[in-house]
Amino acid sequence: MTVKQLSVFVENRPGRLSEITGVLGAAGINIRAISIADTKDFGIMRIILSDTESAEKVLKEHGCIVTKSNVIAVVIDDEPCGMAKVMETLYKDNISVEYMYAAFLNTSENTACLILRVDSNEKAVTALTEKNFKLLSESEMKNI
Amino acid sequence: MAKYWNEKIECMPREEMKKLQSERLVAQVKHVWDNVPYYKKLMEEKGVTPDDIHGIEDLHKLPFLSKADLREAYPYGLLAKPLSECVRIHSTSGTTGKRVVAFYTQNDIDMWDDCCARAIVAAGGDENDVCHVAYGYGLFTGGAGLNGGSHKVGCLTLPMSSGNTERQIQFMQDLGSTILCCTPSYAAYIGETVKEMGIKPDELKLKAGIFGAEPWTEEMRKEIEKLLGIKAYDIYGLTETSGPGVAFECEEQTGMHINEDNFIAEIIDPDTGEVLPEGSKGELVFTSITKEAFPLLRYRTRDICVLTREKCSCGRTLVKMCKPMGRSDDMMIIKGVNVFPSQIESVLLKMSNATPNYQIVVDRVNNVDTFEIRVEISDDMFSDTIKSIEELERKIGSDIHSILGIKAKISLVEPKSIPRSEGKAVRVIDKRKLV
Repeated sequence: MTVKQLSVFVENRPGRLSEITGVLGAAGINIRAISIADTKDFGIMRIILSDTESAEKVLKEHGCIVTKSNVIAVVIDDEPCGMAKVMETLYKDNISVEYMYAAFLNTSENTACLILRVDSNEKAVTALTEKNFKLLSESEMKNI
Repeated sequence: MAKYWNEKIECMPREEMKKLQSERLVAQVKHVWDNVPYYKKLMEEKGVTPDDIHGIEDLHKLPFLSKADLREAYPYGLLAKPLSECVRIHSTSGTTGKRVVAFYTQNDIDMWDDCCARAIVAAGGDENDVCHVAYGYGLFTGGAGLNGGSHKVGCLTLPMSSGNTERQIQFMQDLGSTILCCTPSYAAYIGETVKEMGIKPDELKLKAGIFGAEPWTEEMRKEIEKLLGIKAYDIYGLTETSGPGVAFECEEQTGMHINEDNFIAEIIDPDTGEVLPEGSKGELVFTSITKEAFPLLRYRTRDICVLTREKCSCGRTLVKMCKPMGRSDDMMIIKGVNVFPSQIESVLLKMSNATPNYQIVVDRVNNVDTFEIRVEISDDMFSDTIKSIEELERKIGSDIHSILGIKAKISLVEPKSIPRSEGKAVRVIDKRKLV
């Protein structure tokens, strides 16, 4: 139960983000979740899209360097300890988190979505499912 | 204080010098034919034997040698004496991973020391001087060459090598260095540091400097002379022809006298190989007529310059070469080290399935060379984590350092961000103004 994420290499120059998001927008693709990891000279933009295949195609045609990976989208309670519970579960099963970022809040259900890249998707999916955490599927992610 | 180290040679009438060169050339060609199969084969391919060489007028018949030959013959293919008679090697950069290794017998060392001694005396040095050698010591010929020349003249020799500028200046003050030998950019750096420390040039005992191993302009000369309160002399050489001391400047400072009793100089058209008349601009070629262990005949230096036999006020009759005006290949000198773009390509090829598009950017900031390699990232180089990309940058940097001996800043950039050109790729942006 994982979700596809695109990672894009972004040089630390003015206009790069504007250009990349512009290209996606012009192709009618909606960004569902986003984060940027930065260093002094470059960044990696990680995005979850409404249409991963088209996004990858359109970005590559534009000359971007893109890679695809599978990440976990877990739903957490939007209250204190909401995230801590997930972290505890992963820690207990010795699952290492490479990086993570928050996606949208669902105010009607009082939940938030956490995007996780872990060292073992299989172990993480098992551990989280056992503890009754809801993991979003690809189509659920697109339809939120 | 004598004016010349070896007046007989340095002021030899032209006809006598030609005769000396011819005798030595004939003997050297035979020595190489008998002992260096690699060159003998080149001669045979050109239809030339030692019997065809009667003097310097026949020099043009001999085949050229270039860096490519040195790479092919690495390490012992051009050695002309048994290893038991060799006492040292020095080494410099090759065009790709392979370095150039030059061998020396004791006679070769003595001859080389003699050449450097001529340079030191031409700069006004004698046994009363304190010769501060801040060229790098080790495989590089700079330190070893001036060290040997300084010993020969009898100066008090300070084998400082490069770096640790604070210590350099401390010794200059405490031990009264009078002649400074280092690269011109390091001399300028020392000069600026001295200024920052609030030391006035006349507080130091320095009177002269012998600078080389990289290109430098008249503007840089004036700057160094002003900063250090000295007269700055140029010196030239390459590992393939021993090291520094092949040519040296006199008090006229209008070009360097070539020690042509040891090295016959020619200027050729770099494209056709045709020998050009005196006064023409072209590629400098040297034939070593006294070297024993590693005697290169008609070695193409790739340096572009002009030779002149106009009368020099110093009295020396040795032919003069101007400061090199550029190269006929793509070699650069960065932080005193020879760098070929092909060496960088060989590193990048390991990182990706196809050689990434790259660009070398060289600049000079505060008299220190900066060296950046911009590499376009490709799909197979990219991955999702910062740490793997940083590891890639680090690995490229480490391999570059390992091959070149100097560090480069590695910048990964987006595809198509390095301009492509219609014809030959512009691989190097050199922002320094050196010629």
